[in-house]
Amino acid sequence: MAAADDLKFQEFDDAANLLAANPDATTISIDEPVEIPKNQHSRQQEPGREEDDELLGTDDSDKTELLAGQKKSAPFWTFEYYQTFFDVDTYQVLDRIKGSVFPVPGKNFVRLYIRSNPDLYGPFWICATLVFTIAVSGNLSNFFIHLGKPTYHYVPEFRKVSIAATTIYAYAWLVPLALWGFLMWRNSKVMNIVSYSFLEIVCVYGYSLFIYIPTAILWIIPQKVVRWVLVVFSLCLSGSVLVMTFWPAVRDDNRRIALATVGTILLLHALLAVGCLAYFFDAPELDFPAPIIPAHNGTTVTTKSH
Amino acid sequence: MAAVEGSGAGAGAGGTLFPGLADVSISQDIPVEGEITVPVGSHSPDEDYSTLDEPVRDTIMRDLKAVGKKFVHVMYPRKSSALLRDWDLWGPLVLCVSLALMLQGGSADSKDDGGPQFAEVFVIIWFGAVVITLNSKLLGGTISFFQSLCVLGYCVLPLTVAMLVCRLVLLAGAGTISFIIRLIVVVAMFGWSTLASTAFLADSQPPNRKALVVYPIFLFYFVISWMILTFTPQ
Repeated sequence: MAAADDLKFQEFDDAANLLAANPDATTISIDEPVEIPKNQHSRQQEPGREEDDELLGTDDSDKTELLAGQKKSAPFWTFEYYQTFFDVDTYQVLDRIKGSVFPVPGKNFVRLYIRSNPDLYGPFWICATLVFTIAVSGNLSNFFIHLGKPTYHYVPEFRKVSIAATTIYAYAWLVPLALWGFLMWRNSKVMNIVSYSFLEIVCVYGYSLFIYIPTAILWIIPQKVVRWVLVVFSLCLSGSVLVMTFWPAVRDDNRRIALATVGTILLLHALLAVGCLAYFFDAPELDFPAPIIPAHNGTTVTTKSH
Repeated sequence: MAAVEGSGAGAGAGGTLFPGLADVSISQDIPVEGEITVPVGSHSPDEDYSTLDEPVRDTIMRDLKAVGKKFVHVMYPRKSSALLRDWDLWGPLVLCVSLALMLQGGSADSKDDGGPQFAEVFVIIWFGAVVITLNSKLLGGTISFFQSLCVLGYCVLPLTVAMLVCRLVLLAGAGTISFIIRLIVVVAMFGWSTLASTAFLADSQPPNRKALVVYPIFLFYFVISWMILTFTPQ
């Protein structure tokens, strides 16, 4: 038996011996290339490999990595089908979060971390955490901003939770749907090497929203400059993750369409951040004391500044 | 008919239809005895399986005792399986309704800015518990659906106690000191709830995914604690 690290299909010699024991079995000789393509998204090897597996009748452990797209074999009405989307361990989730916060230039998030095992745990719970973080931080920030005013009466503003939930979950699911549809449509016209499944796009978007959680907590600080610096910083980080993921998928296309796609992705991401900041966080008061400056609701007069 | 004629000396009085099975005993050889009437009433007054005949007080007290025993298990969480084995949803229902009722009467200048309404608290608790249960089952947990709901519902008890304390403290005043007291009480009860439910639920999860299961529970009780802490009376 040859060394396994040569990546040559030496085990087919065993197959020949096995088949020699059963001469009645039909044999098909298939010429395998010497090297396996590293790109797991290319599926040219699959038909040949399926026939080999049927002949061998063995459940090769390599099969789960090579036949990447065929892992989910349970029918969609069984529970096991949905369990395949939660097939991650703690360290994997933490790795993916780390990869979304510290993007390595030149490395594709999907290829590096997800590797054909997209999960729904990360996107779902990151969105849930973000919803509650934005609602709670917004409430706290408004409380601290309006603290000294005599006419201020604290309100929990619970309705904003449902608005935040609708917005964030819609963004995390509808935008990937639109993007996936668009990429599929372009794929039919231009042959791309890289194509993503819908779940992988949802995964990337979900994990890229993680950076907004600490950003939302830091938005409690009632300084306009600080808030906008945070917006730009988090936008750069998560935007770069998205750009590095989707640029290889569109770069073979028409130049303008590629740039428009990436630009739209970034624009929607920025809109989400700025919209959340504007809606959930009241504007902090001006720092400069002026004798008479009516506050924005016109009922109180700020005379002290902090 | 040819088969019957060809049976010959094979079988009994009725002859066989399947000569190849002549050596297989068939039901004709085995006499059938017994009653085929289904007994309607309990025919042995000694063994009292049915709970229809007991006084109503016994029925209610049995359930109340079971619920009370589980409350005690939550307040002093040990590794006992009583909560898991004999799950019931009475306790969670009572706790959820009382918590939602106590969260009423919150301040509302306009209806949009007030605290959560009754239906919102109810939905958050039950929908949150269902989602956490589904999450733990999807990650490969071995606990059953209703057992997990039972545990999560019962572990809301410390937070209900905290809500009660908060309302009492707010009756005395709404200043900074009362806020600090409320903060300490709510944080302590939040920690107690999370630890209690983790103690019951963590063993049924695969070992390398425990943190993935515990975090949503943490988030769930955090949201409930936030609702309790930000309750301000009118």
